[in-house]
Amino acid sequence: MSRVQPPGPHKIRVVTLQIDGRDIGAREDETILEVARENDIPIPTLCYLEGLSTWGACRLCVVEIEGTTRPQSACSTCVAEGMKVITNSERLERYRRTILELLFAERNHVCSVCVSNGHCELQQLATACKMDHVRFKYRNAPYQVDPSHDLFRVDHNRCVLCTRCLRVCDEIEGAHTWDVMGRGVECLLITDLKQPWGESQSCTSCGKCVQVCPTGALTKKGTAAGEMEKHGSFLVYLTEMRGNR
Amino acid sequence: MARTIKIDPVSRIEGHAYITLNLNDAGKVEDAQFHLTQFRGFEKFCEGRPFPEMPALTARTCGICPVSHLVASSKACDHLLSVTIPPTGVKLRRLMNLAQIVQSHALSFFHMSSADLLLGMDSAPQQRNLIGLLSVDPQLAKDGIRLRQIGQTIIEWLGGKKIHPGWMVPGGVNEPLTDERRLAMLAMLPEGLEIAHRTIDLFKQLVSRFDEEIEHFGNFPTMFLSLVTPSGGLEHYDGLLRIKNAAGEIVEDMVPPTEYQRLIGEAVEPYSYMKFPYYLPAGYPTGIYRVGPLARLNNCDFCGTPAADTELDAFRALQHGKPVSSSFHFHFARLVEMIFALERMQQLLEDPTILATRVRARARGNANEGIGVAEAPRGTLIHHYKIDDDGLLTWANLIIATGHNNLAMNLGVKQVAAHFVDGNHLREGMLNRVEAVIRCYDPCLSCASHAVGQMPLKIQLIDARGVVVDELVRD
Ligand code: SF4
Ligand code: SF4
Repeated sequence: MSRVQPPGPHKIRVVTLQIDGRDIGAREDETILEVARENDIPIPTLCYLEGLSTWGACRLCVVEIEGTTRPQSACSTCVAEGMKVITNSERLERYRRTILELLFAERNHVCSVCVSNGHCELQQLATACKMDHVRFKYRNAPYQVDPSHDLFRVDHNRCVLCTRCLRVCDEIEGAHTWDVMGRGVECLLITDLKQPWGESQSCTSCGKCVQVCPTGALTKKGTAAGEMEKHGSFLVYLTEMRGNR
Repeated sequence: MARTIKIDPVSRIEGHAYITLNLNDAGKVEDAQFHLTQFRGFEKFCEGRPFPEMPALTARTCGICPVSHLVASSKACDHLLSVTIPPTGVKLRRLMNLAQIVQSHALSFFHMSSADLLLGMDSAPQQRNLIGLLSVDPQLAKDGIRLRQIGQTIIEWLGGKKIHPGWMVPGGVNEPLTDERRLAMLAMLPEGLEIAHRTIDLFKQLVSRFDEEIEHFGNFPTMFLSLVTPSGGLEHYDGLLRIKNAAGEIVEDMVPPTEYQRLIGEAVEPYSYMKFPYYLPAGYPTGIYRVGPLARLNNCDFCGTPAADTELDAFRALQHGKPVSSSFHFHFARLVEMIFALERMQQLLEDPTILATRVRARARGNANEGIGVAEAPRGTLIHHYKIDDDGLLTWANLIIATGHNNLAMNLGVKQVAAHFVDGNHLREGMLNRVEAVIRCYDPCLSCASHAVGQMPLKIQLIDARGVVVDELVRD
């Protein structure tokens, strides 16, 4: 999903809006999420990553906008003059918790033995959104681990389909090794045309996907429980060096 | 007409240790079966997982002795890596294993068994726990709590405050020890030793009251299996396998743990999920052996630390140098081992190389099969894995201490039962004694781990026609 651009003549104006009752000035081509973060107003996100294109799939960043009934995703909605945004309400909290519960129920997350335990964005989100149990029945569907790459490993049990790996590989590295195969609950991240990762011709083994993956799905080989700490700061760096191209 | 009774797993009461006693035509106890449900299907659960996850995975599966699984599993993974672990990495792992011995033995002795010893086996169940102990001997109860705390604190300081036990990893440990922590650990040990000495002295005073129990408490000849150092000393982390027979003769010695399958066979019985390991060359069930503190002390030539060696002499004197066969003396053995562990930890911490920062070797799977053996508080623990070329588990086998002791536990229960079954009735006082026999082995049943209160127990007496003639249940 690409960002919704404001219509009209392409001279960027400054607009004023309210977020959680605070008056804020922002450029009209900025998203609610960007403006909120500039102003230290926290909005939870999972698929969003600064430096990559907007995907808008996880829906954790939903906010209420006065005058609309449906919550909107803050990562893909641009600010507008006079907009009144609420980032936190009982309803939003409930939505976010439900989304997280569904993510946990969909695949197999066993935090205590996971390489990302203690450094996992999904785990942190669960804590931040006060998700203390899962009301849905776990699917318990078996997922594969592909250990064929020399340096890395993908464990589909932990994948949340955020596509950060796909986007960083395509947009930053330029290799486009990753793709999503299937629909709905059948979605699966694949390398090349579903070859084992280790046999991929396009993969340059740069490891960017591993570093941006928010969970224990992509990991360095040889890591034991809790040992996989990710370092995604290179991303902002790289995009800046390239003049945001 | 003797009959075999099969027990349908679903009929088992959740959380109860379930025992059936079979009578023969003459109304005498013919057989006793202790039904265990632990570790069901665990090996299957690991298949397809990357091997570096195994230490944490196995540690999580058993909530009672996670450190022991960490050690055995990490060692099996080391074997898969086929590298030499930096000496300090080994020392730090040793340290944690010894701290685990201290805390686990303290739990077993003070929290679970000392009330039996102090208050007597026939005292009211409500009294026979740590709370009851507090009112009779507050010092002993406090000592128990403190000693356990010392062990646990050291484990925590080594493993970090994190929720996961991820410090011990294939190849070593993932963080060196700081001098500050080293000194703090050292500072606690003299107090621990003082408590351990005080307790063993008390035990020696009490022990004469229990002649009947000592005689009937799983007192039968078996072989003993344990690790020993290459020179025959007491060992908990590395070492080689030794088996002694009931007469004290060494049957197998200096067997590399990787060859355990040459010594140990595993039989299956329809009434238990747990396998029945036995000494392979002797056949099943003649090859019955025991593991654990009793086995370790019976097997070793010496402990290797001054105070523990003095106590070992006292232990040996019990049977005039022959192996001590009464399971009752598991208690004595545990106390000696606590002293040893505390002394050994002191030695390790006083060695300056314990602070070296190279504590981990890095490699990937270089072998397709790995075996790790260590001594858990309850006895020899074996982890055996096979992996494919990409490092995913294809097969796993775990033999835990409670498994090794399975045959002996059944025999122990039978012995007590024979003594306490009167015609077609289960005599009062029997539950306590059966429980005490099981506790001697400190089996890692979750139901056996309640620190306060008693073990939920169900005993059925079945006559030769297969009819349940008496039943005792305690929740
Ligand atoms: S990926 Fe995150 S949430 Fe999932 S098991 Fe691992 S630590 Fe837990
Ligand atoms: S592998 Fe990681 S980065 Fe890729 S989609 Fe799954 S969770 Fe996201």
